Amino acid sequence: MSLELLSILDQDGKAQKGKDPNLPPKELQKLYRLMVATRALDDRGLALQRQGRIGFYLQSTGQEASHLGAAYALKDSDWLFPAYRQPGILLLRSVPIEQIVCEWFGNEGDTSKGRQMPVHYSFRQANFVSISSPIGTQLTQAAGAGMAARIRGDDTVFMTFCGDGGTSSNDFHTGLNFAAVYKAPVVFVCENNGWAISVPSSKQTVSESMAIKAEAYGMPGVRVDGNDVLAVYRVCKEAVDRARKGEGPTLVETVTYRIASHSSSDDAARYRDAKEFEAWKKKDPIARFQQYLKHKKLWTEAFEQECLEGAKADIAAAVKAAEARPNPGPETMFDDVYMNPTPQLKEQRQELHELMQKGGVGADVGHFPL
Amino acid sequence: MTATGTKSAAAKAGTKVMTLLEAITDAMRTEMRNDDRVVVFGEDVGKKGGVFGATMGLFDEFGEKRCFDTPLSECGIVGTAVGMAVYGLRPIAEIQFLDFIYPAFDQIVSEAAKMRYRSGGEYTCPLVIRSPYGGGIRGGHYHSQSSEAYFCHTPGLKVVIPSTPADAKGLLVASIRDEDPVMFLEPKALYRHAKGEVPTGEHVVPIGKARIAREGTDVTVLCYGAMVPVCEQAAQAAAEQGRSVEVIDLRTLVPLDEAAVIASVKKTGRCVVVYEAPKTCGYGAELSAIVAEKCIEYLEGPIVRVAGFDTPFPYTLEHLYMPDQKRVLAGIDKTFAW
Repeated sequence: MSLELLSILDQDGKAQKGKDPNLPPKELQKLYRLMVATRALDDRGLALQRQGRIGFYLQSTGQEASHLGAAYALKDSDWLFPAYRQPGILLLRSVPIEQIVCEWFGNEGDTSKGRQMPVHYSFRQANFVSISSPIGTQLTQAAGAGMAARIRGDDTVFMTFCGDGGTSSNDFHTGLNFAAVYKAPVVFVCENNGWAISVPSSKQTVSESMAIKAEAYGMPGVRVDGNDVLAVYRVCKEAVDRARKGEGPTLVETVTYRIASHSSSDDAARYRDAKEFEAWKKKDPIARFQQYLKHKKLWTEAFEQECLEGAKADIAAAVKAAEARPNPGPETMFDDVYMNPTPQLKEQRQELHELMQKGGVGADVGHFPL
Repeated sequence: MTATGTKSAAAKAGTKVMTLLEAITDAMRTEMRNDDRVVVFGEDVGKKGGVFGATMGLFDEFGEKRCFDTPLSECGIVGTAVGMAVYGLRPIAEIQFLDFIYPAFDQIVSEAAKMRYRSGGEYTCPLVIRSPYGGGIRGGHYHSQSSEAYFCHTPGLKVVIPSTPADAKGLLVASIRDEDPVMFLEPKALYRHAKGEVPTGEHVVPIGKARIAREGTDVTVLCYGAMVPVCEQAAQAAAEQGRSVEVIDLRTLVPLDEAAVIASVKKTGRCVVVYEAPKTCGYGAELSAIVAEKCIEYLEGPIVRVAGFDTPFPYTLEHLYMPDQKRVLAGIDKTFAW
């Protein structure tokens, strides 16, 4: 049994007849603008890391169509249980760029109050649940949230992401199984970008695809060209609609490629074939969508300039503002462990406070050993 | 702190004599009636009412939507509970035996415990994980362990262990209402052996407050859960030898009522710590360290730990592994040997 790879746009950006979701021109341009801005944000994030201004960065380059096409199928009231390579969703959901950049700096403007590494975002205002580093845990949580929505009787849909490596995690099995058993309104998006740090997807599984695994859980599995934003949108829209109608979860595999290294701490050239990388670079999702817009007469040089330069200017302004903000105060380290600090936490906070009053403690900050 | 005696078999007005197990069921029933966000689930908790019967009657009263069976996956039980809590429910997840909780460890320590902190307080995880723990029922390795220390070592979790029926109800109600994740560990050896009066209506015992189970002046015995009655018996035996033992039932391991511990040790000048988990790095090691750090100048003798041995939990020799009255008395003797 094999699953067809669904696509709408060919490499020249031509849409197959009858498959084009025919989004309104403004929406198409909005999607394009978001893809361009997401890449610009990533470029800037990596540059800041290379300049030693932030400690770490993790790019989504090449996967803009995959995660933006997927999340674009949701309503704003729907929830996301993301992994760590879907930053475009924050832009889609109108999170101010300065707030995103404050997270990189871990400063007082960071919604997570400087408690996590860069790109581990949490944005309640965007129904974007806090990201953790352990692989796959969010999949089971999304199933649980979907179960909760059914218990409460609301029609929220939950979208959750993992990579190809994530399909090997305990929680992939658990999350999909629970979601299917309870018909939870969840869309599982597996972004198969070919690599889990240095391990190729061929070493994660000998299943012929990730989507085929859905069959064993009794849910639809769909394989889609992850560099084709319209195809990803269309497939995910169907999955979201099914979920909202109470028909249960879907597994969507977006077949894409991790153009960048795993993170700023990794160098993919050490383990990855240059030919493979070059071949995928030619399948760039933004370039392909740009071709599509050109065919529709929705793209001009001026529009491109506006998208790219606009994004760059917004990001530059955000970086300037964010970098000027101070770190969270030392006392905040003890907040939010519990709703109210325990006597032990109060005592430890006082101990640190007194040491700092004496001087010498906490003077050496802002150091990135990575 | 309050001194309570629950030996009487006859119930007062507004109370009912219950086993510790019945008190746990009563707490869940009370809170499920009070708050429709409360749901309970786990393996065999639905129609069967749980392997020990803790959820007996809840399926009938509240229906499958609020009391349901899950696939056989601790990771799934806790992972879905995290998602439910984040989305606004008040889940009670039952793990059939604490010995089986390890597949859920990641969801507990990396997710539930850290959700509030890592999201800067934007997302919270108010859930209760109920699980029977401890030996004394001939359960061998995998139905007997006391692994509370793993959870006490994780900031963000509260760890609660009752020893009386009234406390079981009051502490479980408090745990369900708590805004943070609570590990509610139930001494299964006392499920049917501990009987006492339990208020039938609203009854809350605050998390973080210890209880003087028996007042005394010569030596403090710190304990929790199924070790409380063992220590009370030892205290009675010691009294017959002319030693006055104060037994402190901690009730909550995190956050610990340190003030109660220190006040008692300062009063008595001696301290024995009793727990049934393996001795090394057990919760009693932390208690010993706190006493040494905060009131060593009041001590008349060494702090003594009476604990399980550093072996996997044995089946046939369980009675030798578990601290009993004699071992507690021997521990008390050591503190007087100076």
